[in-house]
Amino acid sequence: MSDFLKIQGLEARIDADGTPKEILKGIDLEIPKGEIHAIMGPNGSGKSTLSYVLSGREDYEVTGGSATFKGEDLLALEPEERAALGVFLAFQSPVELPGVNNANFLRTAVNAVRRARDEEELDAVAFLKAVRAETKRLSMSDEMLKRAVNVGFSGGEKKRNEVLQMRLLQPSFAILDETDSGLDIDALRIVADGVNSLRGPDFSALVITHHQRLLDYIVPDRVHVMAKGKIIYSGGPEVAKTLEKQGYTQFLEAAA
Amino acid sequence: MSVETTVQTSPGLEAFVGRAAGHGTALAAMGIPTRRAEAWRYTPLRAFADTVWAEAPALSDAQVQALLADLPLPEAGSRVVFANGRKFDVLDSLSESILVSAAEPVDPIEDRFSAVLNAALAQDGLSVRVAAGTDAGMLTLASLTSGDAVSTHLRHRIVLEEGASLTLYDLNAGEGRYVANPRFDIVVGKGARLTHVKLQQDSQTAGHLAIIAASVDAGGNYDSFTLNHGGELARHEVVSTLNAPHAQVHVNGIQIVDGNRLNDLTSMIHHAAPDCGSRQTVKTVLSENGQGVFQGKILVDRIAQKTDGYQMNQALLLSEKAQINSKPELEIYADDVKCSHGATVGALDDEQLFYLRSRGIPEAEARDILVRAFLLDALDLVTDEILRDLLQRSIRA
Repeated sequence: MSDFLKIQGLEARIDADGTPKEILKGIDLEIPKGEIHAIMGPNGSGKSTLSYVLSGREDYEVTGGSATFKGEDLLALEPEERAALGVFLAFQSPVELPGVNNANFLRTAVNAVRRARDEEELDAVAFLKAVRAETKRLSMSDEMLKRAVNVGFSGGEKKRNEVLQMRLLQPSFAILDETDSGLDIDALRIVADGVNSLRGPDFSALVITHHQRLLDYIVPDRVHVMAKGKIIYSGGPEVAKTLEKQGYTQFLEAAA
Repeated sequence: MSVETTVQTSPGLEAFVGRAAGHGTALAAMGIPTRRAEAWRYTPLRAFADTVWAEAPALSDAQVQALLADLPLPEAGSRVVFANGRKFDVLDSLSESILVSAAEPVDPIEDRFSAVLNAALAQDGLSVRVAAGTDAGMLTLASLTSGDAVSTHLRHRIVLEEGASLTLYDLNAGEGRYVANPRFDIVVGKGARLTHVKLQQDSQTAGHLAIIAASVDAGGNYDSFTLNHGGELARHEVVSTLNAPHAQVHVNGIQIVDGNRLNDLTSMIHHAAPDCGSRQTVKTVLSENGQGVFQGKILVDRIAQKTDGYQMNQALLLSEKAQINSKPELEIYADDVKCSHGATVGALDDEQLFYLRSRGIPEAEARDILVRAFLLDALDLVTDEILRDLLQRSIRA
């Protein structure tokens, strides 16, 4: 199963006020089944763009290369089809949805995915049972289920809500886009535990982060260094420690 | 300038005036407004003027039952049904505190076309008087119309004596290409409260020209909400006057416009006494070639100090061809008032839509979730829980 997630020569751009701006300039990346990989890199290197392109956001135009997931052309699928196939993006800044009740949203999402996966939908009682077990694990109050999605949530609450969605949707491939930003150490532990609990032969993840700190809790199998729209270096978990000590300079120079 | 030269004649006008027999003088003098009339600038009556609208014939029991079959009706309360402009049946026993009689004639509302048309042609309607200090509960008024090139002109009179209260559920529906032109004269007495919840889901090819004149006495409350949902061309028009201190008026609503339809909410809230309040939240969702109109005027007399007025209208455009015309108007002669108004027009937020879809929710369902979220705070203004649920369920995606 080496063809779990395979990205080859991926190029993408965004329309910046009428001028196309190239952001991804040939990404090559493979994540085998059951592995957790990390991407680190300076601001503006294209890390978030990669997460959006993989999850299907329409603002980006793919101009070259390919991305396949479980043998399917990922880039040809609608965002909801990717979710049904097992892709999940934990957003860096989850958007607020005023007027959309969080519990209703979660149940709609869970049942949409279950429907697409030919699984039986959860009734209100079964859903509530499932969601209560998860909120307890993530130290979230039930009150957060009654509020509108992400509205008035603190930074930490929003990230926990992302992890809650991930746990409920049971993806086989999760992208965590700077899930550690704005989290204190306790929240970081809870979030990392949420990810680690999914770890297993059927779960892969791509962890995007600026800081090595998160990787102390979610230990990756591989670390990739990204700069200027390309992956310029790949290595084991020790790469994160080197980066933390010495910065990106040596990797940038080596790639130049 | 003679009247003859300013009135544009049309087959529709001639037919109406003919049917009105001796009561059509005002209508003949006014004519059917063209777009040159400011009040009808965004709501063209051209197609309406070109049709000869006949008196709607009586319907059989079976026809009425068929029309009633799929309608959202509350189980509780009293019910009166009008079919093709005639009182069909009083289906449930009316509360003893509601006294029903034939409509008493009342003067037309100034020079508003819908009122003038109704005054010329109205023959039947509901007249309700709720006795002082009594809560009459819920009254459902179902107005059904069926036929082609026919029109109905119901005239209702609702009077709440001091301290009385009533919830009126005003349901409008039908089949065919017709015009429904109902008129309500509403008097809310001292400390009385009328909750008027209207569901307008007339036929997609119908015209609907409703006009409501509501006057509110000291401490009274006319709390209205309209879901404008049907009709090829539908206007809900409210003219309300706050006559004595601490009177309250709410003219809230939702309009959902698709196809080539036009829905219009026009209101005039007249603060004629100090210390009164008015609230207005109107939300319009437009798709395909739908057109929406909001015209909201607040008039504050010099005497009406300490007026507290609030008006908000928001539109959500779901297609590039949909159109909203929004005309808020504040005319204030008092110097110590608090009046705020706002208007927004927008599309669905791409970021929100992507968030929902990234969670596996298909696009159509995700859009529906966001549209309902947009409507939520307006719908929350329906204070009666049963009717709020009923309206919520009747909103088409």
